[in-house]
Amino acid sequence: MNMLEVRHLKVWDQKSHNVIIHNSSFQLKAGQCLAIVGESGSGKSVTCRSLMRLNKPGIQQSGEIVFKGEYLNQLSDKEMRKRRGRNIGMILQNGMRAFDPSSVVGVHCKETLREHFGWSKSEIEEKMTKAMERVLLKHPMELLNKYPYQLSGGMLQRLMIALALVLSPDIIIADEPTTALDTISQFEVVEQLMGLRESTGCSMLFVSHDLGVVQKIADEVLVMRHGEIVESGTTQAVFSEAQHPYTRYLVSTRRELGANFNMMMQEDNMC
Amino acid sequence: MLKVEGIVKSYKTGGFFAKERQNILRNISFECGSGECLGIIGESGSGKSTLGRLVLGIEKPDRGTVRLNGENVLHRTVRLGHLSAVFQDYTSSINPYFTVEEAILEPITAQRKSRAEDRSKVELLLNQVGLNPSYMSKHAHELSGGEAQRVCIARAISTEPECIVLDEAVSSLDVSVQIQVLKLLKELKELYNMSYIFITHDLQAAAYICDRIIIFRDGQIEETVEAQRLKDVQSPYARKLLNSLITF
Repeated sequence: MNMLEVRHLKVWDQKSHNVIIHNSSFQLKAGQCLAIVGESGSGKSVTCRSLMRLNKPGIQQSGEIVFKGEYLNQLSDKEMRKRRGRNIGMILQNGMRAFDPSSVVGVHCKETLREHFGWSKSEIEEKMTKAMERVLLKHPMELLNKYPYQLSGGMLQRLMIALALVLSPDIIIADEPTTALDTISQFEVVEQLMGLRESTGCSMLFVSHDLGVVQKIADEVLVMRHGEIVESGTTQAVFSEAQHPYTRYLVSTRRELGANFNMMMQEDNMC
Repeated sequence: MLKVEGIVKSYKTGGFFAKERQNILRNISFECGSGECLGIIGESGSGKSTLGRLVLGIEKPDRGTVRLNGENVLHRTVRLGHLSAVFQDYTSSINPYFTVEEAILEPITAQRKSRAEDRSKVELLLNQVGLNPSYMSKHAHELSGGEAQRVCIARAISTEPECIVLDEAVSSLDVSVQIQVLKLLKELKELYNMSYIFITHDLQAAAYICDRIIIFRDGQIEETVEAQRLKDVQSPYARKLLNSLITF
C-alpha cells in the first residue's frame, strides 16, 4: 500500500519564475524508508517542505500529494495544520533553529502535544519522560527546563526524535538529521531513527547527502539533481549498479574519500 | 617548525562580572614539522577551533606559547606571510565588496610588495586552484561553495606561507567537491612544501590527507597517532570514535 504518493510535483519561484523542482513523482510505501540523495541545491529540502506545504509564500507548487487516499494539496490551511506532526512528522537539520530560542524546550513539547491530543500537563510529562529515556537522554525533566542554546546539537536532535516517538506519526520526514552532528552523535542519532521506525512502524522519508548513512538506513533511494529525479531504485541496486552517470559520479567520489580510511582499517583485520 | 607548548585557555561564562570560567583548553603541547599535515579531530565543543585561533595568533592564550620557527606568533611580523588560514564558512570569509582578484591580493598588499606582477600572480594562483582566470572580476556571492573555498585557498597560498590552518575547510562542502578540494590541497602541499594543521570532525577526510592525527577531547589531547597506524589507537574514546563511523 502506498502511504504517500507524489505525482507531478512542480515547485517554482513566483517572482523570478525559476523552476526549483521540475516534475517529481514518487511513492512511499507503508513501513518503508525512502532516501533522497543529491548535492546541495538539488531541491531535496524543497521537496520535503512542499510535502508539508511549508514553503515560503513566494514559492508556488502544483501537482498531487496523496496521503492515505487523501489529497493534501486540496486541504485548507487549517486542515493541513492538523496533519502536520500528528500524521506527518518532520525532523529538521538544525536543532538550534527548530526550537523557539526564547523559551525552554519543554514549552515546545507541551504546546505540540496539547494541541494534538489535549493531554494534561502530568500526562505529557510522563509520556515525554518515557520517550526521552528511550532515546538515551538522561535526566529528562531537567532537560525539558533548559533553553535550546544550553543543549548540544545531538541532544536537540534526539529530543525531536523523542517528540516524534510520542506523536507516532504515519510518516516521518527527516531532513538531513545527521549532517550537523559529529561522528559519535551521528551514529547514535541514526541508531535512534532506526529504532523509531521499528517501534512505531512508520514510513520514513530520509533526506541526506551522506551516502554512508543512507546505505545504512534506507530501503529505496531517489537521486536528485537540479530539481529532477535522475535515478531511483532499491538502495542496493542504485549503489552497486548505478545507471545514470551522475549517480556513478556521486558513488565513486564517496568511495574515494573513504578508500584511504577503509584501507587502513582493513589492514587491521588482516593482522 | 611550529611548536605549541603548554597552552591553557578559558573563557568567562555568564555575565560581565561573573567570576566563573570555563576551561576550553588544558595544557596542550604538540609540534608540527615542516611539510607535515597534522590532523586535529574532535567533537563539536571540544575546543579544536579555539586551538586553531590560538595557533594563528588571533587570540592570546592564558598560559603557554605558540612558536613559529622559535618566535612567538603573537607578534604580527612573525605571522605576516608565514601563517595563513582557511575557515569553514566560505560565505563570510571573503569581503562581499571585493572581487576575487582583490580578495586574493589582500594579503599581498598587506606585505607591501610590488604591484607590477600582481595580475599575472592572481592568474597563476587561480590556475593552481583549478579556476579559470575569468573568475577574477566576480564577487563572492556569484561563486558556489567549492569555488569560494578555492578562492580562500588561493588567498591563503598567495604569500607562500610555511603553515596553513584549515579549520573545517571542507566540512560544509558536498562530498564530490570535498574530494576535489582535498586533492588540490595535497598537490599544493607538494608544490609549496607547506605544513597543514587540518582541524575537522570528519575522520575520513583526515585519514585522506593527514600524516599524523591528534584526537582531541574536552580540551585535552586524548591520543596522537600516525595516520597509517590509525587502526592501532589505544584510548577507549578513540576506539569508540572509530567504531561509530558510518563508512560507505
